[in-house]
Amino acid sequence: MKLLELRHLSTHYVSARGARVTRAVDDVSLTVGEGETLGIVGESGSGKTTLALSLLRLLPPAARIVSGEIWFEGEDLLTKSHREMRRVRGKRIAMILQDPLASLNPLFTVGDQVAEPLRVHEGASRGSAWARARELLRAVRIAAPETRVREYPHQLSGGMRQRIVGAIAISCGPRLLIADEPTTSLDLTIQAQYLQLLRDLQRDRGLSMIFITHNLGIVARMCDHVAVMYAGRLVEAGPVARIFSSAAHPYTQALLESIPRMADGRKRLTAIDGQPPDPVALPPGCAFHPRCPKVLDRCRKEAPPEVRVAASHTSRCWLAS
Amino acid sequence: MAGPVVEALHLTKHFPVRGGFLARETAVVRAVDEVSFSIEPGRTLGLVGESGCGKTTTAKLVLLLEQPTAGMIRFEGRDLQTLDRTMLHGYRRSVQAVFQDPFASLNPRMRVDQIIAEPLVTHERLGSGEVAKRVARLLELVGLPDRSADLFPHEFSGGQRQRIAIARSLALSPKLVVLDEPVSALDVSIRAQILNLLRDLQAQLGLSYLFIAHDLAAVAHMSHTIAVMYLGRIVEIGDAATVAATPKHPYTQALFSAALPSHPGEKREEIILAGEVPSPLAPPAGCRFHPRCPHAMERCGREEPTLLREAGRLVACHLYEGVIPARS
Ligand SMILES: Nc1ncnc2c1ncn2[C@@H]1O[C@H](COP(=O)(O)OP(=O)(O)OP(=O)(O)O)[C@@H](O)[C@H]1O
Ligand SMILES: Nc1ncnc2c1ncn2[C@@H]1O[C@H](COP(=O)(O)OP(=O)(O)OP(=O)(O)O)[C@@H](O)[C@H]1O
Ligand code: SF4
Ligand code: SF4
Ligand SMILES: [Mg+2]
Ligand SMILES: [Mg+2]
Repeated sequence: MKLLELRHLSTHYVSARGARVTRAVDDVSLTVGEGETLGIVGESGSGKTTLALSLLRLLPPAARIVSGEIWFEGEDLLTKSHREMRRVRGKRIAMILQDPLASLNPLFTVGDQVAEPLRVHEGASRGSAWARARELLRAVRIAAPETRVREYPHQLSGGMRQRIVGAIAISCGPRLLIADEPTTSLDLTIQAQYLQLLRDLQRDRGLSMIFITHNLGIVARMCDHVAVMYAGRLVEAGPVARIFSSAAHPYTQALLESIPRMADGRKRLTAIDGQPPDPVALPPGCAFHPRCPKVLDRCRKEAPPEVRVAASHTSRCWLAS
Repeated sequence: MAGPVVEALHLTKHFPVRGGFLARETAVVRAVDEVSFSIEPGRTLGLVGESGCGKTTTAKLVLLLEQPTAGMIRFEGRDLQTLDRTMLHGYRRSVQAVFQDPFASLNPRMRVDQIIAEPLVTHERLGSGEVAKRVARLLELVGLPDRSADLFPHEFSGGQRQRIAIARSLALSPKLVVLDEPVSALDVSIRAQILNLLRDLQAQLGLSYLFIAHDLAAVAHMSHTIAVMYLGRIVEIGDAATVAATPKHPYTQALFSAALPSHPGEKREEIILAGEVPSPLAPPAGCRFHPRCPHAMERCGREEPTLLREAGRLVACHLYEGVIPARS
C-alpha cells in the first residue's frame, strides 16, 4: 500500500521581481509505502529540505510549487486549504528538524511543549495531556520524566532535546514522520542511541518515515529505499541493498566510491572531480555532465529521462535508456 | 630512522571556570589530562573521541596556542621549555594548522596570493618576485589554477577555500600540520578530493599530521596511529588498522560500533551505550567511563586504570590487567 505518492513535483524559488529562478525541486516523483523508510540523500543545496517543506506546504514565501501532485492517504495535499493542512501537519505527518533548539520554545517547559499538540489537535485536557506527555518522554527514553517535564530546553543536553522533539513529533500518532538531518549535531554514541530509538518507534507504531541526510551510512543502517538527489532532480531511486550493490547512475556510483570505508584501511579514495553546480546556473542537459566520468555527447545538450532499470529501481541517465 | 617530530609527555590542560552557586567558587575543567603520544616523520596520528573530550585543546597545546598546566612537548627530541627564542621560532614555523571552517579562517578582504604569502612575508624576508614564485608553486601543489592568486576567498567554493588554507599552511615548509576537522564542513562529494590531496602532499613532502575528525572511517583512512580520548584522557592508542578492526577498550568498542556502516550488508555488533558523557567539571571517580561501561566492575569506580600494553597497543582498562598490582 502506498501511503505517499509524489507525481512530477516541481518547486522553484523566485527572487524579488522574478529575476532569478532556482529550480530547487524539479519534476520529482516518488512513493513511500506503509511502514517503509525512504532515505533521501544529496549534497548541500540539492533540494532535500525544499522537497520536505513542499510536502508539508510549509515553504518560505519566495517558493512556488509550480507543478505536480502530492497524494497522501488518498488525497492530493495540494488541493487542501491552509486550515486543512494545519490538521494534516502535526497530526498525520510530523517533521523533525536538524536543529532541535529551533523547534523548541525556550520559554515553555518540556511538558507544555509535548502536551501542546495533544491539546490543539485532540482537545485533551491539561491534566490528561500532561499525563500523556510523561508517557511520551518515557517512550523516547528520557530518564525521570516526572521531573524532566518541568524543565526548560536549556537545561537539557543536545541528545535529550532531540528526543523531546521526537516525542512532540509522535505525540498525535502520525502516519508519516519526516526527519531532516536529525542527528548531524549529535555525537556518535548519542546518534546511535537516537537512531535505535527512531527504529523502535517506527516498528512499534507502524510509522512510515522519510529520512533526509547527506550521510549514506545512515541510509545503509536505517532505510528500505533510497532516493538520490542532484541539483533538484531525483537521479536514482530504488531498494537500499540494490543501490549499494549495483547503482545505475554514475553520480551514485561515484558517491559510493568516494566514501572512506573502515575495512579498506589507507586505500586511496576515488574522488569526484569538480564541484556541485550553482543552482541558479545549472549546466545544460544532464546537470552532472561536467563531473561525469561516463559523459556522452548527448548528455551536454539533452536532459535524460527517468528510466526503469529494474523492479522499483529508476535512473535518470542516458546510459540507462 | 629519525626520531619523532613531536612528542607529548603527560600533557595536561586544566581550565579554571566559575562554577557552583557562588561566582567566587572556582572549578576546573580537566580538558586534557596526562596525554602522551609521539608523531614520527611522514606519519599521521588520528585523534578521535566525542565532543568535548579534549581533541582541539590537545591540538592547541601542540600549536602553542595554549600553555600546558603540566607535562611537556618535545620537538625533535628537545623539551620546548629548554629552547631559546630562535629555536622556539623554528618550532612555530614547523608546526602549522588547518581548521574545520574554511569560511572563517581566511581573511575576506585579502586576495589569495596575499593570504598564502602572509607567513612568508612575516617569517622570511623574500623579494616580491620570489614570493610570487613560491605562491605559484603552492597553488600548483594544492591543485588550484594560477589565476586564483588575484581572487578573493568568497569567489571560491568550500573545497577550494580549504585548498587555499592548506596552501597557506604549507608556505613555511612545516614538518607537522595539525588538521582539526578539515573536511567536516565540506560537501560529501568534495571530501575525497581533499583527503586525497592531503595524502598526496604527505607522500610528496614527508609531512606529519595530527588529524582530528568525528568520521571514524576517514580517520582510519588517514592515520597510521589512532588515539581514542574520553573526558580528557587517552583510553586506547595504537596502530590504526589494529585499533579500528579489533578495538579493546570498552569505549573504543562502543564508539566504533556506533560508526555508520558503509554498506547495508555490513553487520556489526551494535553496542548502544546508556546515558551521555558526564561533565568534565566533575569527571567520575576511578575509570572515567565506568558509569556508561557495560563491563564495569566494582573496582572501576575506585581505581583509575593506566595505559598498559595489550594485544599490540596501549589500553587503559582494568579488564586487561591480569594481575592486580599490590598496593602499599
Ligand atoms: N528561501 C530560499 N530562497 C531562495 N532560494 C532558496 C531558499 N531556500 C533554499 N533555496 C535554494 O534552493 C536550493 C535547494 O535548497 P535546499 O535547502 O532544499 O537544499 P538541501 O538539499 O536541503 O541542502 P542542505 O543539505 O544544505 O540542507 C538551493 O540552491 C538553495 O540555495
Ligand atoms: N578556553 C576554555 N575555557 C574553559 N573550558 C574550555 C576552554 N576550551 C575548552 N574548554 C573545555 O575543555 C573541554 C575540551 O574541549 P575541546 O574543544 O578540546 O574538545 P573537542 O574534543 O575538540 O570537542 P569537539 O569535538 O566538540 O570539537 C570541553 O569541556 C570544553 O568545554
Ligand atoms: S546522463 Fe550522461 S552525464 Fe548524466 S550521468 Fe548519465 S552518462 Fe553521466
Ligand atoms: S576500567 Fe572498568 S569501567 Fe573502565 S572501561 Fe575498563 S571495565 Fe569499563
Ligand atoms: Mg536541508
Ligand atoms: Mg574540537
